[in-house]
Formats: sequence, C-alpha cells, structure tokens
Amino acid sequence: MKWTNPLALFRRKERESEDTVRTVVSNLLYEHLKKKEQPNRQYKGNAVKTTKYTPWSFLIVNLWEQFHRVANIYFLGIVILNFIPVMNAFHPGVAIIPLCVILALTAIKDAWEDIRRFQTDRKLNNLPCLIYSRKTKSFEEKHWKDLHVGDFVKVLSNEVIPADILLLHTSDPNGVCHIETANLDGETNLKQRKVVPGFFNPNSPFEPRHFRGAVVCEKPNSDLNHFKGYIEKDDQNKTGFGVESLLLRGSTARNTDESAGIVVYAGHETKSMLNNSGPRYKRSKLERMMNSDVILCVLLLFGLCLVGAIGHSIWLETFQSIPQYFIPDNNGQYTSSILAGFYMFFTMIILLQVLIPISLYVSIELVKMGQVFFITQDIDLYDEKQDTRIQCRSFNITEDLGQIQYVFSDKTGTLTENKMVFRRCSVRGTEFSHAENAVRLAVLSETESEEEFILFQQQHKASPLFPDDQTESRRQSTRANVSRSRVTVTKPSDRAFSSPLETDVAPDQKLQQVLRGASLAEDESGYYLDFFLALAICNTVVVSKAPAHRRKAEERPSNSKKQMTNDLPDVFSGEDMTNICTDQGVVTPNPGQTQKTQLGCLVHYESQSPDEAALVHAAKAYGFTLAERTPDQVAVRLPSGQMLSFQVLDILAFDAKRKRMSVLVRHPHSREIVMYTKGADSAIMDLLEQPLLEKQVKCNTQQQLDQYARDGLRTLCFAKRILSQKEYEDWSKKRQEAISAIDQREQLLMDTTVFLETKFTLLGATGIEDRLQENVPETIQALREAGIQVWVLTGDKPETAVNIAYSCKLLDHRDLLFTLNAHNKAMCNSTLNNHLEEVKRYGPPERSEEIGLVIDGRTLGLVMDEDLRSKFVELCKHCRSVLCCRVTPLQKSEVVKLVRDKLGVMTLSIGDGANDVNMIRAADVGVGISGQEGMQAVMASDFAISRFKHLSKLLLVHGHWCYNRLSNMIVYFFYKNLAYVNLLFCYQFFCGFSGTAMIDHWIMIFFNLFFTSAPPIMFGIMDKTLSAETLLCMPVLYKSGQHSEGYKRRTFWIAMLDAFYQSLVCFFIPYWTYQGSDIDIFTFGTPINTASFFTITLHLAIEIQSWTVVHWVIMLGSVLVYFIMTLVFSALCVSCNPPANPYWIMQQQMNDPVFYLVCILTVAVALLPRYIVHALRGTNAESLHLWARKVDRLAPPERQQWIREWKSLWHPSVSGQTGRPTPPLSSDPISLEPDSPFSDRRL
Amino acid sequence: MMASSYSAKEEDGHHPGASGAGGAAANGRKPDNTAFKQQRLPAWQPILTAGTVLPAFFAIGLIFIPIGIGLYVTSNNIKEFEIDYTGTDTSSPCFSCYQNFSWNSTLPCKCSLPFSLDQPFESNVFMYYGLSNFYQNHRRYVKSRDDSHLNGNLYSLTHPSKECEPYAHRDNVPVAPCGAIANSMFNDTMELFFVHPNETRSQIPLKRKGIAWWTDKHVKFRNPGGNGDNLTAAFQGTTYPVNWHKPVYELDADPENNGFINEDFIVWMRTAALPTFRKLYRIIEKKSSMTPTLPSGNYTLEVTYNYPVHSFDGRKRMILSTISWMGGKNPFLGIAYITVGSVCFFLGVVLLLIHHKYGNRSSSPDIAS
Repeated sequence: MKWTNPLALFRRKERESEDTVRTVVSNLLYEHLKKKEQPNRQYKGNAVKTTKYTPWSFLIVNLWEQFHRVANIYFLGIVILNFIPVMNAFHPGVAIIPLCVILALTAIKDAWEDIRRFQTDRKLNNLPCLIYSRKTKSFEEKHWKDLHVGDFVKVLSNEVIPADILLLHTSDPNGVCHIETANLDGETNLKQRKVVPGFFNPNSPFEPRHFRGAVVCEKPNSDLNHFKGYIEKDDQNKTGFGVESLLLRGSTARNTDESAGIVVYAGHETKSMLNNSGPRYKRSKLERMMNSDVILCVLLLFGLCLVGAIGHSIWLETFQSIPQYFIPDNNGQYTSSILAGFYMFFTMIILLQVLIPISLYVSIELVKMGQVFFITQDIDLYDEKQDTRIQCRSFNITEDLGQIQYVFSDKTGTLTENKMVFRRCSVRGTEFSHAENAVRLAVLSETESEEEFILFQQQHKASPLFPDDQTESRRQSTRANVSRSRVTVTKPSDRAFSSPLETDVAPDQKLQQVLRGASLAEDESGYYLDFFLALAICNTVVVSKAPAHRRKAEERPSNSKKQMTNDLPDVFSGEDMTNICTDQGVVTPNPGQTQKTQLGCLVHYESQSPDEAALVHAAKAYGFTLAERTPDQVAVRLPSGQMLSFQVLDILAFDAKRKRMSVLVRHPHSREIVMYTKGADSAIMDLLEQPLLEKQVKCNTQQQLDQYARDGLRTLCFAKRILSQKEYEDWSKKRQEAISAIDQREQLLMDTTVFLETKFTLLGATGIEDRLQENVPETIQALREAGIQVWVLTGDKPETAVNIAYSCKLLDHRDLLFTLNAHNKAMCNSTLNNHLEEVKRYGPPERSEEIGLVIDGRTLGLVMDEDLRSKFVELCKHCRSVLCCRVTPLQKSEVVKLVRDKLGVMTLSIGDGANDVNMIRAADVGVGISGQEGMQAVMASDFAISRFKHLSKLLLVHGHWCYNRLSNMIVYFFYKNLAYVNLLFCYQFFCGFSGTAMIDHWIMIFFNLFFTSAPPIMFGIMDKTLSAETLLCMPVLYKSGQHSEGYKRRTFWIAMLDAFYQSLVCFFIPYWTYQGSDIDIFTFGTPINTASFFTITLHLAIEIQSWTVVHWVIMLGSVLVYFIMTLVFSALCVSCNPPANPYWIMQQQMNDPVFYLVCILTVAVALLPRYIVHALRGTNAESLHLWARKVDRLAPPERQQWIREWKSLWHPSVSGQTGRPTPPLSSDPISLEPDSPFSDRRL
Repeated sequence: MMASSYSAKEEDGHHPGASGAGGAAANGRKPDNTAFKQQRLPAWQPILTAGTVLPAFFAIGLIFIPIGIGLYVTSNNIKEFEIDYTGTDTSSPCFSCYQNFSWNSTLPCKCSLPFSLDQPFESNVFMYYGLSNFYQNHRRYVKSRDDSHLNGNLYSLTHPSKECEPYAHRDNVPVAPCGAIANSMFNDTMELFFVHPNETRSQIPLKRKGIAWWTDKHVKFRNPGGNGDNLTAAFQGTTYPVNWHKPVYELDADPENNGFINEDFIVWMRTAALPTFRKLYRIIEKKSSMTPTLPSGNYTLEVTYNYPVHSFDGRKRMILSTISWMGGKNPFLGIAYITVGSVCFFLGVVLLLIHHKYGNRSSSPDIAS
C-alpha cells in the first residue's frame, strides 16, 4: 500500500482513462521544456518506494492500520470505559498500559520491516545507470531514480536493467541481446531479445537524438510474457514489436557488450514491480477454530458480567438504610440499585477483560516466528546442490502443515526430477531401443542409490563413502533387480551429478549404422536426417558460448568432477570431464573445424524446457550438433563435419492449446521452405497427410508411442511439411498483418498458425524419461501411512501418469483401478454410477484403500458440472489415490477447490511450474518446489522446498510439531486467562459485586506481561512431543493432527473446566484460611496471586513433554522474575499508584509461614486432578502416541527394534488392535524395506 | 519478507528464490548443525504413569499429614474469647445504645458487658474489635483515600485527591484525613476490667502502640511537617471528617501516636479483605512469667458505644486471643493439610495397585529405561 495523495491519484486516473494505450516520445526533444510541459510527465519516474510509512506519518498510519483489528478496538473500548468515572475499575492511566504495550510492539515490528524496505529501496534507487544527455551528447552515469519514461538508456553486459526498456540498439552483429531473468522468474537460461525491426543498424553507433517516432504500447500490466505495441514514425509508418524487444527491469544483460533503448515503463509501473504482490496472509484452520472459541469467551465474559451486575443490584437492595461505606456522588445522592447494576456491568467488563486474551494474538505471532525460524534452520530440508533452505513465505500457517488430509501433487518436476533423459526413439515406424544407453543409466543410478535408507542410517551420514560390507551387500541386491527399480532408485542429495553425465546419450548401434549408410539424396534415409535435424532445430534452445562468467555454470563442472573421482572410481575410472569431451569428439569428428575449441566442451545449451535440451543433446550424440542460434538463422553441424546454416523464417511457439511448436526454415542447399513440428501425438497424428504408405508408418509409430507411455516415458512426435514459395508468401503476409494488429492479435496469430500446421509428414517419435526424484516412493508411502490422500494432477497422458504412479507406489498392482473416460455427460453419469455401485459393494470408505481412480481432463470437465460433482466427490472419498491426467492449470485449481469445499478437508498443493500456480493458490497450503522450471510456483507458494522428499519431514515432523505446539499453547492460554479471571470473579461474591480486585493492578499487568508470558511462548516454539526420527518412522502419528486432536471443542471445555476448578481452589483455600482474620485486601490477594502463579506455571510444567535446558531456564526464570519483581515493586511503591497501595505487602507475607503453607496446599490441591489424570492415562492408555513417547525415550537401536516390531504387527490383515507389540521379541530384525504397507485404518 | 523481488546483492549469482527467512550467510546457506537449531537439545522426557508418580503421592502424604497435625495442635492451643456487644437483643446491656444512636449525639453512650474466662490466657493477649457485614472492600470505598495526603505531603493536605470526593471538603475547607475510609473510622472505645472474686474491679492495662505494621507507621503514614509537637499548627486550614467528633490531631495525647500516625487510625485505614473482619485494637502484655496475662475469672468490658452498625445489619464484637507463629486461631489449615495428605496417601495406594495390575501388563518400553 502506498500513501499517495488521493488527489493526485484521481488526477492521474482521469488522464489515463482517456486512452487505452500509452504513448511515449523521446524526452530529448523536450529537455528544454519545464517539467510541467513535458509530454511524458504523467508517467511515473523510476524511483521506487515500497515503504508504507514516512517518518512523520508513521504514527498515525500505523495506528490506523492497527485499529483495523477487532481485538485492538475491543481493548480500546475497554480503555475508554475506564475513563468513565462511574465505571472505572482501575486507575485509567494504568488501564492503557497493556494496549500501549501491544500497539508499541506491533509498531516496532512494522517500523523495522519498513526500515528494511526503505533501505532496499534506497539501494535500488541509487544504483548507477547510463542515461543519454542531450547536452553532452553522450551517455552519462546517473542513478536509477533519475530515470524517466522517454529517456534513453545504455546497458552494459552483466548490468541489471533499471527499467522496462524497448530495445533499439545492441552491439551484437545480429541485433540481439541476451538477458537472464533469474531475478524475475528464476529461469536461469538466457533469453534472446531483438532490436525493434527496422531500427537495427550494426554499423553506426546509436544516436538517440535521431529518434523521432512515438512509441505506442499497452498500459502497464503485470504479464511478464506479453507486451505489444508499435512505433509510429513521422511518416505514419507503424512498426510492430512484442515482448521479444522488451528488456525487463530486474533482469540482467548477458553476453552483449552494450544495448540501448527507450524507457517505456519506469518504477512502479514496470512489469517486475507490478508482479510484486507482497506477502500473503492466510488464516490457519487452528486460528479459525480458535476465533470461534474467542467468541465463546466473549459470551462467557458477558455472562460473568451479567452475574456481577445483577448481583450488585440485589446486594444493594438488601440494605434498608445506607451504610457508611456507601459513597454518595458529589451532590450527596446515591445511585439507584438498577442504575448501579448497569454501571457495574461495564466495570466488570473492565475488571474481567483479561478473559479475552489480548496477549494471545501477540504470543501466537511470536510463536509462529519461532516455529518458522526452526523450520528454516532444519538441515534436513536444506538442499546442498541448489544451496537452498526451505523458505517459509507465509508466516502464519505453520500449524496447518500438521493437519493436511489431501495432497495434490504435480507430476513433472515435483515427483520427477524434470531432468529429461533421452531414452528411445522411433523413426518412420522403426524403433530404436537404445539399450546401451539404458544400461549406462542403470549403472549410473545404481552407484547413487546408497542413501535410500536415511531413516535408519542417520548416524552413518558422517561417512559418505560407506566402506563397510553392509553397503556392499546392499549394492548387490540392488543390482539384482536393477531393471525394475531403475526408475525408483534414488540419488543422494549431497553428491551432485551435473547435467553432462545425464544428458549424454550413448547412441544406438543400429541407428548409427543406418545413419552412416545414409546420405541426403536417398529417399528413405533422408527421413532419418530430417528427424535429427528436427530434433536439433525445432526448439528454442540457445547456445551459450561463454558461460564461464556465470557462477553457477562455473561451479558445476568442478563440483561434479570432484564428486566423480571420489565416488565412482570403479565405474568411471578415468572418465572425467575431459574424457567425456573427447568421447563427444569421437562421435563428432571434425578436425578441420576452426570452432572446435569453442564448441568442444564448453558449448552450453540453455533451454526453457528440459525436454528440448534432452532432444538437442540426443541429436548431438548422433553428430547433429546445434552450433548456433540467432533470430534469423540456426546452424547445425552434421556428422560429416559440414556446417548447415538454415535461415529461420518464423517460429510458431508452443502453447497449451495447440500442444505443438513449429519452426519454419529455408534449407541452405535446396532452398526449400521446410516446417519442422514437434508436439504431443494427439496434436500431430490427426494432421498428417495420409497417402497409403503413411498409414503403416502412423500405425507403427502410434503403437510405439503407446508402449513408451506405458513405460512411463514422455512422448513427442516429429513431423515436417514442405511449403512452396507461394504458399509461404501468402501466409507470411497474413502473419504480418496479425502481428501488427493490436486488437485480437492473439486470436489472429493463432489462426494463422493453425492454418499452416497441417498436412504433415510424420518423421518419428521420441521417448524421454523423466526420472523420479530420490525417495519419492518412500515419501508417498509415508504420507499415505499418515492418512493423507495423495492425488496427482498432471498434464501428461494417462498411460504415462499411471506408470509413474505405479513406480512411485501411488498405485499398487493389487489395486482396483477405475478409469473415468467419457465423451459426454450422460455417459459420464452412468460410468460414475457404475463405479459408485461397485465401490460400495467393496466396502465402507474406510476399508476401501485399494482403489485407484484415473480420470482425464475432458471427463474432469464434465464431472465438474454441478449435478455430477457430488457423485464424483463421493467416489473420490472411496479411492485411495486419484490420478487426473491431461488437466489444464485451471482444472487443477478447480479440483483442489472442489475437494476442499465439498469434503471440508485441509488440502496441500505441491508443484514446481507456472502451470501449478493456480492449484497452489487454491489449496490451504501451497508448496512450491524450486526446481528447473523457474520461480513462479515458489512465488505463489506458502512454503518452498527444493525436493519432493522434503515434504515428509515438513509435514510429518514440522507440521506435527507446529500443530501440537500451537494448539497446546492456545488451549493453555485460554486456560490461563480463565483461571486468573475467575479468581477476581470469585472475590466479587465477597465484596458486594462492587468490582474490587484483591490484586494490585500493576501486579495483574505484570502477571500477564512478564510472569506467565515467556513459558507458554517457549512451550509453543520448543516443546517436542516426539523426536523427529520416531515421527518419520511412524507416520501414523500424524493422524492426530488431521483429526484436530490437539485442539477440539472438547479440549477447550476440559481446559476451561480445569481452569474453573483450579481458580476455585486458589481462591477458597486462602479464603478459608484467612476468613475472619484481620487480613487486608492486598495481603489477602498476595497468597492467591502467588498460588495461582505457581498453579498456572506448574500446570504448564505438567504439559511440557520434553525439558531441555531452555525450558528449565525459562521456567525457573519466570519464578525468579515473579518474586524479584513483586518484591521490588512492593518495596518501591510507597504511593506511586494511588489509591491502590501494595507497599511492603509481599515482604510482610514472605515473613509469614502461613503464606507458604497456604501456597503449597493450594497448588497441590489445584493440580491434583490433572496430575492424576495424566498418570492414569500414562499407565493404561491405549493411545499410540503415548506408546511412541515411551519408545522415544529409549536409545536409538532399541527404539528401532520396537518400532520394527510394531510395524510387523501393523499389517493390514490385523484389525481391531492397538498395535502395540506385547513382549520384546527376540531380535530377528525385520527387513528395513518398507515393503509391507501397513494399513492405517485404526487410528 | 521483503517485498522487493530482487536486490542488488543477488546479482552476483545468488539464487534469487533462495533467500531464506533466517538471513543466510554470504556463502552457503547451509543451516548450522547445532543441537539447538536442529531441535536436538538433550531433553528430559518425563512420562507420567502410575509408577512414576507413586513416590510423589506418598511423599505428599507423608509430609502433609505431620504438618497438618502440627497446625491443628497449634491452632487448638490458641485461646480465643469472643463477645458480641452489638446490642440487638433486648436483654443486652448495649440495647439502649443500639436503639438511640445518631452520629451527632455528643453524649457518649456507655454500656458494660460482664463475661468470664474459663481458662487463663498465658502469653500476650491481643484484643480485637470485630465487625461483620461491613464491606470495607467495596470498590469505591477502597479508593476513597489519598495516600500522599496521609504520607504528610503538604500540598495534598490542602488539596485532597479527587478520589476522596465527596469527603474531600467540608464547607470548602479541605478535610484531613480525607475520604470515606477515614470518615467511617471505628470509634468505639473499650476498656477491660478484671472483677476480683471480692467484687472489686481492676482495670487491665491496654497497650495502644505496636498494633500497626512498622512500615505503615514509619513509612507510609506521616504527619504533615514531620512528626513534630505542634500538630495543631500542621493541620491548620483543614477540618476533621464529618462523622468525627474531634480533629485528627486530638486522637491521642501521645505525640508519637497522634495525627496520621495514630495506630488506631492506621489499622483502620488498612482496609479489610472480607466483609466480616477483625482489627487489632490493643495488646495486653504479659507482665511476668509467673502469672497468666489474663487469669480465669470474671471480667467486665466497658464500651463507649459510638459506632453505628444497624444501617448494614452489622455486628460488633470484641475478641481476645493469644497468638502463635501461625497467627490467630484457625483450624482450617490443619484439617486441610491432614485431609489432603490422607487423600494423597490413599491415592498413592490406589496407584500402587493400578501399577501392579496394569503397569507391567503393557510391557511398555519403560521397563527397559
């Protein structure tokens, strides 16, 4: 939120609403004009201000914001009541203090955040940049903040771009400029930007003074990938441009010495700033429940106050005449009993206000900060390769992690590595299985598989080399079934295999032979060449020649080199980086090439999609090396060493609707215009030209594609079409019209594209493997055991998705698999009914764990219809896992919303790409994976992790902890406040309901602020019911959070009853002790206060489950603080807070043995019931949680044995037991492999 | 989190999304592998079971019961005598005083009550007056005082706090001491006579000093202008509360016990916590170790009946009591200790049974610990 003058806002709005486009002209022409007369004056400057406040407006604005919270208004109301003399319970000045403390704390936090923002802003605004000045006729160094729309800016290589700049000049001979947008979307590949057509003049230096045109473009918007407009020259000629000519603020110029352009958007109107939506605020389920209990507390408070008010009236009525302790008002009149009762209601509200816990909200915020701190500090959630920790982007839903019931996962990049490996291909219906490559990959993954067993091998972590025999034997066993498990084998996080090893392809012998024998002239083998040319050309991969300056690229090879020589001496002896390069050299023998050094090892492909990179690498393995790509041409080196330079006529980019992309090139020799297309089989197969011969090819290819999909490979089809010159020219004209259109441009472009993409000749198909991330099956199994339903939503084909689902143990081969695949609603309805019938026969929802459901995108669209929804949801309830294939991003979020709202469950979405953003936003908890596909998912998420396997620790351990901690703390807070308030209420029965407090008000404030605040906060941050290891080994324990067992209405009421009982004890034991004696008010209040303090503190001590040194320090510290502060306060305050006067009372009491006797007795009696209940529960409890706690205390080896025994009992066939192994069996270690999926139906 | 999407620092190759909330170090965001940060601090994890809480219950039982017995015996050894002199009953000697009461009457109404002590009171005897149904803890009553005024502050003396209203001024003259508490001060006087068997009476000396807290007398309460002789001058320009018959500087002849530091006044100003209370009135000191302070026999209590209680249905009592280390007579604490101790002991036995029955059955791992 910016604090702008509303008038200015209004003015600007008025002006901009006049037209829908923005017109920018060069500032240079108007430099002499006054500021007010400049044509670009209404556009924002480049200085950014993300701060909310200014130093002088801070107080007012911050208070204004803070009083938007209901709680603060409530407390303000109470303070105001206190200023009304007939109602005040305390000295008005003192009553302000709690509110002030809360407001001040929040204000300090806000101010600190704002100062941080201010500092960043200042740093950004003062970055240097080169701005063209008319006076000196050259680029001068100024600051970012001096930049305005219409200025000309020069950007040097590796500089950050200061504003959104329309590219008009570069030093590159091809008129391109590379940028890296990692700062914006996390994509680290280089992107090419082109100079606006017609402005490129490589021979002359850039002369901004000669720029006369007007730039007309869209209004500022946040879409990073869309931008359109045109430059209107003096002669009315329009030149269109798109996003490919826009340099975005925040991106970095690479590989281009200098580039220059005109600023079109500056400061807050730049696309990167518009994308900054700031942190998100969500309210967790626990907090929603808590808020309803706060309302219960309000009702309770009103009840108590009503009792007080009525009691006071009745009490007043009992007197026939007026006793001397009644005080008249200044006129000597006494208020009537009814009116006095009315006043008393408000006095009581003031007195008992603590019942609504003002400190609860602040404490929760502090606790969550602490929890977030510990989550981010977790070393297990740190990814060495990417050097990333887990990020908590939402601070206030940590406890939701402990209550997740449904997980919606993306497939690609989330379950899988999104590191594509070329596995198989088929050319013209002939399959090439690439068996050599498969063997190579299997060997690779085998050596990496050692660290699968992290759970039980924590202590081994220190020695990464595993020199013992045990590992060796395990390796043997892994090798035995290598062919089956290669998809599932894992890759240890701490050793980095860089892409070269994985992207390299060992060529298929047969295919190579075919290629050797082929020449361009022969007809059939020409297809082979075309196929590989398509692999190499039909993409947007950028060849980066000098990546050395980029740190990431520099680190990788050295890293992997070291790792390899360490870890793989036997497998890859002697094969280090140079060897790999020479390997390639053998495949690509081109001794005569001058570019060899440049292209040898250091050639680096930067691609936006890993599939493309895999394909290019595959082509390279067969000698078709993509050597260079510029906007106008693409060069491919053939196996013969010959260099082919294709002129690129157009690129029809990929989109989700068409599901294909095409490249139009002119063949250098034949001058033919060829279009290479690649895409999903469904997007190509129907568009084939179909002579009879083709039919067989198509049929074969389709079969092979289906086989690939069954093997879990990602399939792509390649096709080509040869265009005649005429065809191309006609089309090109239409295309040009479409490009320069501003209205409906997308539609027009799409039409032209589809028009061209038809009559294909099928070249072949590829199968790319997307390997599973490490520990995915284990993680999914753990989530499953924890009672979490896992859904996979993917854009892939059903066959691929099902296969991945099997390999990551989402589906079991014993499972009953339903498929929903319908073309229309009626059919869909009947299928649903059938399935429902069948499912119901199978058993109740809890028993039907062996049912999986596969649904495709089209059917999902039908099912989303209002009348089928409930049936679908009903069916899903019965299914253990659901796979949604071929779904669009929007459908993903719809599914999440449907399940969330219809079933009322806690949902979590996890994904890594831009297509998951909707789904991540729709779920209660969004988790982003910072992986290959940029940062958009991370930006939308609440938590960002780097590997899927981290999810199990995040949920099962941190979620469990956070939920238990916070729910226990909240329950404790309610308890604490009622226990304390009820003391005051009890006293009202003995002071005529007059609103007297027997405890000094300052002491009461201290009580909440200092004496009893730190322990629950520490409890909320640090208490640990179970160790991380136990929680990971026994995911079933997670279910307590799903069922909200930590904080239920019942828990709340039990806590309230206990509080009531305890406060009665704390009041009446001192009361009976001091009854009839000469005790005065505060002397009577002191033992009550002290006993209550100890009761409340020791109550927490009973609840604390693990005592670390921090617990001891804080608990003992609180006791010390209590005595020290009370003693000091009552020694110093002779008459500091009239009329209340606690002077020397504590000292007096501490000299009296009765004080101690009363306190000890009271505390003992007050805590007795809770203590006994805990002890009884501990003795005879059936809860697994308690059993786990007992196990948790044992030494690690013993603990593991117990857990293993428990697991062995915990088999699906057993039912109705608590699952506790009875006697310690003789040590016959059950396999560590979690291959016996024990059911979780009983907890 | 910071709102800005990028910062200059990230230019040098840092992965932009990786800015952990913890504010990572310049190179390597790997969290420290310390026990604290990894939440692996060595911890004591008590589990409450019948077995583990048994000793606590037996210990409580074994400690509480003797304490309770001690308390009970101590309390029983305290001698206490109480006499109600309100005079609501027609047969009471104070009935006429009770009937004919008005705040303004100048003639003191006197009544004398005979009583007898069956047992001698051995040690120092504390003489209390007791009031019941007197809500000295009424919120507005409690506040109706001015501590700085009572602390001898000269400015406050003539400018009593607003809290004292409407007892701060009388005819525009500031009242000293101001407020409702002072105004309603207890003003009965009592004298105690021992009636010898030969019908002669001898007055028992009552000590009027040492009945207030030391800190009250010496720190909290001070006369204006120090505790000098000339209190009359110090209180110049003030008047006495409306219910009083004499100014505050005439409360006692002894200058050490006069004005605001008059101990009867101080005791009254310490407002009672509960509507039925007693306040220390006098001390009867033990004269010699041989004779009891108050031998058994007949006594007469002479009361100057000034204080009205019929407006609030109150009772007035005179209490004679000896004192132990635990204060006055109150059997509650002793009984409570004995009860709680016994209950704990009993629960201990029950838990022992439970422990034997169930504790081992679960074969829980705690046997291994």
